Amino acid sequence: MHNPQLYSDGQLRHLLSIEGLPKKILNQILDTAESFVGVAEREVKKVPLLRGKTVCNLFFENSTRTRTTFEIAAKRLSADVISLNVNTSSQSKGETILDTVDNLIAMHADMFVVRHAQSGAAHFIAKHVPEHIHIINAGDGRHSHPTQGLLDVFTIRKYKPDLHNLRVAIVGDILHSRVARSEIHALTTLGVPEVRVIAPKTLLPAEVEKLGVHVYHDMRAGLKDVDVIMMLRLQNERMSGAMLPSAQEYFKTYGLTQEKLILAKPDAIVLHPGPMNRGVEIDSGVADGQQSVILPQVTYGIAIRMAVMAILAGGQPSGNQS
Amino acid sequence: MTTDQSQLPDAEALINILADKLQPLLQKNTALVGIQSGGVWVMQRLLAKLAKTMATHTIEHGTLDVSFYRDDYAKRGLKPGNQPSQIAFDVENKHIILIDDVFFTGRTTRAAMNELFDYGRPASITLIALVNRGGRELPISPQITAMDLSLKPTENLQLIQLADGQLGFTLKLLTPSNHQAVSKHA
Amino acid sequence: MKIHIKNGRVIDPISQLDSQLDVYIGAGKILALGNAPAGFVANQTIDASNLIVCPGLVDLSARLREPGEEYKTTLVSELQAAVAGGVTSLACPPDTDPVLDEPGLVKMLKHRAKQLNLAHVYPLGALTRQLQGTVLAEMGELREAGCVGFSQANMAITDTQVLWRAMEYAATFGYTLFLYAEDAFLAKDGVAHDGEVASRLGLKGIPSAAEALALAGLLRIAKETGAKLHISRLSTAEGVNMIREAKKQGLSISCDVSANHVHLTEHDLAYFDSNCHLKPPLRSQRDQAAISAGLKDGTIDAICSDHTPVDDDGKLAPFAEAEIGASGLELLLTLTLKWANQEKISLIQALGLISASSAKILGIPAGQLSVNSDADICVFDPSLYWKVEAGNLKSQGKNSPFTGLELAGKVKYTLVNGQLVYQAQP
Repeated sequence: MHNPQLYSDGQLRHLLSIEGLPKKILNQILDTAESFVGVAEREVKKVPLLRGKTVCNLFFENSTRTRTTFEIAAKRLSADVISLNVNTSSQSKGETILDTVDNLIAMHADMFVVRHAQSGAAHFIAKHVPEHIHIINAGDGRHSHPTQGLLDVFTIRKYKPDLHNLRVAIVGDILHSRVARSEIHALTTLGVPEVRVIAPKTLLPAEVEKLGVHVYHDMRAGLKDVDVIMMLRLQNERMSGAMLPSAQEYFKTYGLTQEKLILAKPDAIVLHPGPMNRGVEIDSGVADGQQSVILPQVTYGIAIRMAVMAILAGGQPSGNQS
Repeated sequence: MTTDQSQLPDAEALINILADKLQPLLQKNTALVGIQSGGVWVMQRLLAKLAKTMATHTIEHGTLDVSFYRDDYAKRGLKPGNQPSQIAFDVENKHIILIDDVFFTGRTTRAAMNELFDYGRPASITLIALVNRGGRELPISPQITAMDLSLKPTENLQLIQLADGQLGFTLKLLTPSNHQAVSKHA
Repeated sequence: MKIHIKNGRVIDPISQLDSQLDVYIGAGKILALGNAPAGFVANQTIDASNLIVCPGLVDLSARLREPGEEYKTTLVSELQAAVAGGVTSLACPPDTDPVLDEPGLVKMLKHRAKQLNLAHVYPLGALTRQLQGTVLAEMGELREAGCVGFSQANMAITDTQVLWRAMEYAATFGYTLFLYAEDAFLAKDGVAHDGEVASRLGLKGIPSAAEALALAGLLRIAKETGAKLHISRLSTAEGVNMIREAKKQGLSISCDVSANHVHLTEHDLAYFDSNCHLKPPLRSQRDQAAISAGLKDGTIDAICSDHTPVDDDGKLAPFAEAEIGASGLELLLTLTLKWANQEKISLIQALGLISASSAKILGIPAGQLSVNSDADICVFDPSLYWKVEAGNLKSQGKNSPFTGLELAGKVKYTLVNGQLVYQAQP
């Protein structure tokens, strides 16, 4: 089956999901990001790589936070950046996603960072753009958020370099989470031997174990002896309804507190993709505590996005590498 | 395609020459910067040689990987395996000695200077190279070299690290198909 | 008009005929098989050497998009597609716009179809007004107007009281109900089988249980009320088992599957192929195997095309937003042959699933090839490969999960009422 993310010579053409990317490409992105981490600490926080290129942030679903990190990344690579929030304004006038994209291509955009509420939207756009255009998925429905998955494993690698010896737990709303799916694929592809998911049955997708994870419903059992805890955000609209009775009850059973954290290894680290619901999925003391690496995640997020953009913009359809 | 390797210069001998030429340049405010990857090897070797005659632990030094500053990125993309640049000292007002292994077109030097300036404004930059192989394409040339050659554009002289840790040279002949790619690159 | 079809291999599932015979046609009927009737002089002779001559196909579910959605397709284009696919009779579900819940609309559709003189159209009337599942449609009137049965298309009747009454009423008059078994609440917003693939792709799933739950209710109420029930487009292994059991217990029930589900599974969604956005969703490999077994042992009575043409724009959206459906009329024969070939099923048995059996379910005089039967005939080349692509489809719906595939079995001639209505370009 043709992989829409790769050129025929195996080089990265789009970043649409972690699934389907070989380990080699994941490592290439992570290693390149290492080089970009230092750029932010210089006098001039910019490299000239994408000078003259135009990166278009196309957000069909609003997210100031994610959009900002992509903007910073593109600007640090010296690209010109356009950000568009296509909420319903032009869409409601009958303009389709592809109309919007075609218009921007006509204005010579080189790369699109796309966020959309529908799973598969980035794949859909990627399927219909000309060869020289690159698409980065910044989150599509429940499907994928590959740069988040990459920055999470990048962060883990910084603190726990030996991925082949880790036990990782992902806790929370796996069912609706594109972050969880991306994390799972990134971790399993990079050889993490044990990935656990911890959630009530209402927040787990069907046959989730086929993604290569171990399922726990009891958080205490699931956290036992893990090296890494990856918390997920619980969306407001799911806090009470048919999925869960209340935010309070959720916090009691699946919220990460100091008292649950001690069940993990003493040097375990805690990640969260943000924005956090303090007191719902995570206790403030843990979020701000010694074991939290939530702020480094944000810093590394920019390096990862720079790496992805730098690799994509330099990719060639013919792949004429010597 | 490989040519007769026996005629190649002796890298270790050249390092000794270069070390002798470098020593007078070193002052209190000097810092060494090696360009990945050959320039870094040369720098390390120079530091080791100089340590026999002077206190080198006070000489500040760093490395540059100019991948993000290359002028052929649009054509060749980012190659895998780039290393983070490591300049731990303050570049501002330093006399920088930029070290490369083989000087060819001058494009790498341009990229390295651009990158250096993003760390700060140095007092001066001096370029030293083990070999100037000839063929510059920019108004840049090394102030100090251990050897000057004039190789054909189709010849590609490369510094390599041998199994015993010593440095050596290889000379490859470029085929027409990869000629352009490599001449842009070196 | 008298037509002589010579040298063909004639297959008739009803009479279990499978031999090389000549067919003589006149006055819209089959006059003789084998030897020419006395004094027969053909106006036209069709050489069917190396071809198969079988009853015109009968499709249990084909959307023509008329009335209401003519921008997608027209009655002409879709009936041309039907005969190009060897389909000479088809039932169309009532989810048109407006809904087929008015006798006038049904009469109009029948009339328009008849004028075109292509395939016979047998509308399924709406079981409830506007398909809303609250008020019964005028079944008697609709029947008189030409409806052969009643259906809710893809809509469920969620109020079991209404469902019960609808079945009781239909049972009173012996009408057949064509119902799709899917629990509306479990299927809400779902776009794919709730399994491994939907979980990977982050698509909202429709669990297999949605079919089983609805089916349990339908079977139970059919048993209580004595309604004649036909389950449209079964999709799960559990559903197949439930039908098998119900049949064992003597319930008057039949069912079909779509040709898509005979061949495809959730894995065919690949990277969000919107051509695979179907209703019911493509299920697991286990379900597909159970469907195949059900077809073999007779639990499943028929294969339908579930022809649902969508215009190009309708599929040009992310998976969940892409319109549901696949073009199918021109693929029904070739996909059935492909299945028979893979499963080593005889041609006569396979063809029965798309002709005699579906005609019996609809209660229409079609699907047979015997002396005095209507001369609705399909002549096809079983070994000729053709490529599924826009240019090769007469339907205005070019959307197919099989696009790009080379499939064997191409219709050469189609006769309806003894008239040649389709002839393949040489």
